[in-house]
Amino acid sequence: MTVLSLTNLSKRFGSNHVLDGLELHIKKSEFVSILGPSGSGKSTLFHMIGGLLTPDEGTIALNEEKINGITGKISYMPQSPSLLPWRSILDNTLLGQELQGKTDESRAKEMLKVAGLGEYLNAYPHELSGGMKQRAAFIRALLSPQELMLLDEPFSALDELTRSDMQQWLLQIWEKHKPTILFVTHNIEEAILLSDRIVILSHRPAKIKEEVIVPFSRPRNEQLPLSEEFIHFRQKLHKLLQEENKQS
Amino acid sequence: MNTALKKGWRPILVLLLLFLLWEGIVRFIEAPSWLVPAPSLIFQEAYNGWSQFAPHLLSTTSLSLYGFAIGAAVGLAAAFCLHMLPFVRESVYPLLILSQNVPVIVLAPLLVIWFGFGILPKVIVITLVCFFPITVAALDGFKQTPADLKHYMKMAGATKQQLFWKLELPAALPGIFSGIKISATYSVMGAVISEWVGARMGVGVYMTLASSSFRSDRVFVAIFAIMILSLLFFLLIKLLEKLMVRWKWKEDKAK
Ligand SMILES: Nc1ncnc2c1ncn2[C@@H]1O[C@H](COP(=O)(O)OP(=O)(O)OP(=O)(O)O)[C@@H](O)[C@H]1O
Ligand SMILES: [Mg+2]
Repeated sequence: MTVLSLTNLSKRFGSNHVLDGLELHIKKSEFVSILGPSGSGKSTLFHMIGGLLTPDEGTIALNEEKINGITGKISYMPQSPSLLPWRSILDNTLLGQELQGKTDESRAKEMLKVAGLGEYLNAYPHELSGGMKQRAAFIRALLSPQELMLLDEPFSALDELTRSDMQQWLLQIWEKHKPTILFVTHNIEEAILLSDRIVILSHRPAKIKEEVIVPFSRPRNEQLPLSEEFIHFRQKLHKLLQEENKQS
Repeated sequence: MNTALKKGWRPILVLLLLFLLWEGIVRFIEAPSWLVPAPSLIFQEAYNGWSQFAPHLLSTTSLSLYGFAIGAAVGLAAAFCLHMLPFVRESVYPLLILSQNVPVIVLAPLLVIWFGFGILPKVIVITLVCFFPITVAALDGFKQTPADLKHYMKMAGATKQQLFWKLELPAALPGIFSGIKISATYSVMGAVISEWVGARMGVGVYMTLASSSFRSDRVFVAIFAIMILSLLFFLLIKLLEKLMVRWKWKEDKAK
């Protein structure tokens, strides 16, 4: 079943033609990553799906309902954790639900405990490490009632080790809850490790240059990036991406 | 409280030294007490004349509190309206700044002419001096909400109302409290000025009477009373702030 359908999506800012006829369809419980050169319009795409920007042409449909310019239809996790400093961790993870209506405190507590944040339910964000904050931000998005999650470079501000921990954690939690995720990253390895499908955007005006199915079975673990197939696959994507970066 | 005591002793010591110096100079040059009363004389007058002075002080205190409450409410309401209606903000905000350039001391007699000697003109004066710092602080606070938090809230589908109550207002709270602290001390000054112009009771009245009869010691008693009252208001708001923006206090302490 298709959850998100982007058909013939175009966007310009004045003379700056950012997206041109973009097509993308995401099925339920699919994890799709977007790779693209810097400034190719990945965040712009997210802003359109989130309803903050309207496309100049084309439609965005969620479960076959057109949502061009409508906010509140997706759940979101940004690059910075964006937790409200005056709320406890528990209240922060409830925020996404709160904005849409009902909150489920016991479920939030349960998930925080599983994520190793059980002792921090009543702590304030500044008392947590960067990785813990991102976990809380992810749980906030996961608890939100919307079906589709948009993740915009959620781990790019973390150090290498924490990042790798977070990837493993995300893999596990994805196995368990199977949310539908659209993920933006600059990191090729991260995209391969996490996703079912990877979409590579071309240089501006961006369209889909290539769509590849990730050929590795799940569950995946931290050993996978060391395998030869993985390295080959990574090199293939790297080449594709480099062709685009050269043009910019 | 312990930390307050630890930090508080230094200004208190300086104050004591100043008083001693003052006392010494006055005695040394043998200044007449109607010109410059010695601190000892002022404290004596404060003690002996307390029963006379207390009703005035009480009247001013309640007037200040009353005016401050209304001024703060007006200030917050104004900030809310200006923030929610950007069009109104652009057209009214410059006028608000102009309103602060009207000297209160000139305005007060006019208000008495218009509204008589009752409490209304006094409350208007206090409101005028009180609302502005709060409005400015709140407006700045709403505007300076961290961009990443705002972006998250919008992407997550927050309505304009939710954005205000769940994000902008709490984010602006520390700033609003700075404004309220300033206003609280202004309110005492506003009350005294409004009493100068026409009242039966109050520190302002007491002061006018004292200075017209060359009782400088009483003028100083009034001045000290005003200072102490302002300080008490300030501390009260600070306490309230500590209770309401606990997170900020904890965060600052962690740094
Ligand atoms: N609100 C806006 N007004 C005008 N131009 C914009 C706006 N938002 C983005 N752009 C432009 O659109 C282009 C794409 O920007 P966008 O932020 O979507 O890229 P990105 O792929 O997310 O880049 P990065 O990988 O660096 O995050 C840029 O040229 C940018 O200048
Ligand atoms: Mg971006």
